[in-house]
Amino acid sequence: MYLYDDFDRTLLAERVAEFRGQVARRLTGELNEDEFKSLRLMNGVYLQLHAYMLRIAIPYGTLASDQMRKLAHVARRYDRGYGHFTTRQNIQFNWIKLAELPDAMADLADSRLHGMQTSGNCVRNITTDQWAAVAPDEIEDPRVWAELLRQHLTLHPEFSFLPRKFKIAVSAASHDRAAIAIHDLSLRLYRNGAGEVGFEVGVGGGLGRTPFLAKIIKPFLAKRDLLSYVEAVLRLYNQYGRRDNIYKARIKILVHELGAERFGREVEAEWRSIKDGALALDPAVIAEIAARFRYPDYERLADSPPALVAARKADARFATWVHNAVANHKVPGYAIVTLSLKPVGKPPGDCTADQMDAIADITDRYSFGEIRVGHEQNLVLPHVPQRDLPEVFRALDAIGVATPNVGLVSDIIACPGLDYCSLANARAIPVAQEISQRFRDLDVARGLGRLHVNISGCINACGHHHVGHIGILGVEKNGEEFYQITIGGRADEKAQLGALIGPAVPYDDVADVVEDIAQAYLELRQQSDELFIDTVKRVGVEPFKERVYATR
Amino acid sequence: MPLVRSGKVVEDRFVRVADGEPVPEQGPVIVSADRFLADADEFAQRQDAVGVIWPNNRSVAELEPHLTRLALIALVFPAYKDGRAYSQARVLRERYGFRGELRATGQVLRDQFLFLIRAGFDAFEVAKPADAAAFEEAARRYSVFFQPTGDGRMTVARVRTGRASRTAPVRSERVSA
Repeated sequence: MYLYDDFDRTLLAERVAEFRGQVARRLTGELNEDEFKSLRLMNGVYLQLHAYMLRIAIPYGTLASDQMRKLAHVARRYDRGYGHFTTRQNIQFNWIKLAELPDAMADLADSRLHGMQTSGNCVRNITTDQWAAVAPDEIEDPRVWAELLRQHLTLHPEFSFLPRKFKIAVSAASHDRAAIAIHDLSLRLYRNGAGEVGFEVGVGGGLGRTPFLAKIIKPFLAKRDLLSYVEAVLRLYNQYGRRDNIYKARIKILVHELGAERFGREVEAEWRSIKDGALALDPAVIAEIAARFRYPDYERLADSPPALVAARKADARFATWVHNAVANHKVPGYAIVTLSLKPVGKPPGDCTADQMDAIADITDRYSFGEIRVGHEQNLVLPHVPQRDLPEVFRALDAIGVATPNVGLVSDIIACPGLDYCSLANARAIPVAQEISQRFRDLDVARGLGRLHVNISGCINACGHHHVGHIGILGVEKNGEEFYQITIGGRADEKAQLGALIGPAVPYDDVADVVEDIAQAYLELRQQSDELFIDTVKRVGVEPFKERVYATR
Repeated sequence: MPLVRSGKVVEDRFVRVADGEPVPEQGPVIVSADRFLADADEFAQRQDAVGVIWPNNRSVAELEPHLTRLALIALVFPAYKDGRAYSQARVLRERYGFRGELRATGQVLRDQFLFLIRAGFDAFEVAKPADAAAFEEAARRYSVFFQPTGDGRMTVARVRTGRASRTAPVRSERVSA
């Protein structure tokens, strides 16, 4: 948990006051909609199909229980009783009235929450591993670096009007749970041959209509140079990124047009001119930020306590859930628990106000008052004593967030799609609902093993379809919804863009196609523990294509 | 379009001279980038102040040899969401040490004032009179600053770690590679 101080609180109060003034100027007409647009976007306010939408940042995916209760309050007081967790460690409220937005923001600011820079052409919420500081495979807490960057890039006077949005992700573990390769800037903390911990820096990742994985431009960056290097990247992007065409304005296009090597050289030259100036990180500054991350006072506990072992034997449902949703913690006797926000037949990532309040109570009782939000649109209780798992399961099951489908075919990532979004060409949520219905039999889903299905309702790819093991992209053809299917994508440390299997299929066929692909996989895999993604890698797209289109 | 300097609406003492029009014998003038570079030696001889309006898609490195003879550089915001001139301003102030007037022109709204000040601008051609009147208030909108920039404001990191205040602007110097 990160402790805010008076500076953080003052800044949020000043931001709310500024936004209140901007809304007032909009309501009187002093600002026209075009002028207001960039200002509201920089506060996370979109104009959607039906209403204004408010996007709230959950920096590096860490939430305190009081913040979760505040989100529940906003959902009840200003929205329709629920919120939607996104793929970028944000939460969205879809039904907020413009005139009430400043009040909602003031309420959120009381709990250290805000929508600053969650949209618009600026540096967005900086994301990281939802298992930060608890994962056994991590070398240090990546949130310290995310927080340093967050502060430096908040209301940055030079980089608040970039050509397009700019997303940064940080990972510090051997397994990448933050999908860093699909970000404008990727930072991977690792230990080099000399034993120093620093960053491998990539640029130009991103999905949308021209998907790219980030290219490494700096194999090792010392910690002291993080801010100056990021400043150099952003300065080049601000000056030379394209502004003539919104679809070519992301840094990935600049990197692609210049070539990663040349872009890297230009960054290096700019960086050398500023690296020893005011941005060189003082160890005292790093230590000060690190010291404000507070860690639980863990008990000394043993792994696999008798209560857990007995409960697993006695209760098959519990055992299934533990196997699926509970992961190893770096501290003995504790566990990382994933809460599935993907109940069968429901919109992925949605959470009701009542669920939020209940989760806040559960974490206060069992997980040191902390909650994490991951890019797969699920929540995490990061520090649950293993002995308490049976009680935690009952509590989570009672509010519908213990579906044991984490990482399985029904744990679908989906954007809001045509049900909410003004950009969408096709529905995404109903497709996800239909697929999760088809695979509602958990034995079938478990038999398929790890299988990520990602769905986007338009080419902007908010549902990350390019990096789904099965990717589904909604397009519009002559007024009808069609869906392109890709397979073989992944967003982890072996990131890869998926390959198209053939012509787009109509809405009514999508779930059938996913079933065909799943069936083909079961027949093609060499042994039962060969994952779908590995089978695709081994046999290629062709056998799946044949299967899907043989009867179509 | 009102001009704001030192927090107040003031009269513009510079005359903007279009390309092809004769440059008046006397008085401060602002000319285009092309005209200035073409006649740089001539302008260097001029007694009265010379300013240049510099487009946001041209490197300010071209201006470096002329900076001591320029009284003013006007940088352009064709739309307020086009932020290229913020980078130009910081490079002019913090890398090249430009000390003359740095003027923001184009679509300049009150919501940008503080960003502009922090990037090194000290004069503002403001699009709306109401925004010009609200300058002082907008410039004081925030009291918390995270980035060390050329305006020399104390950053939060420095206050938190109890480091001595810097009164001189923070300058980032070019170092040889």
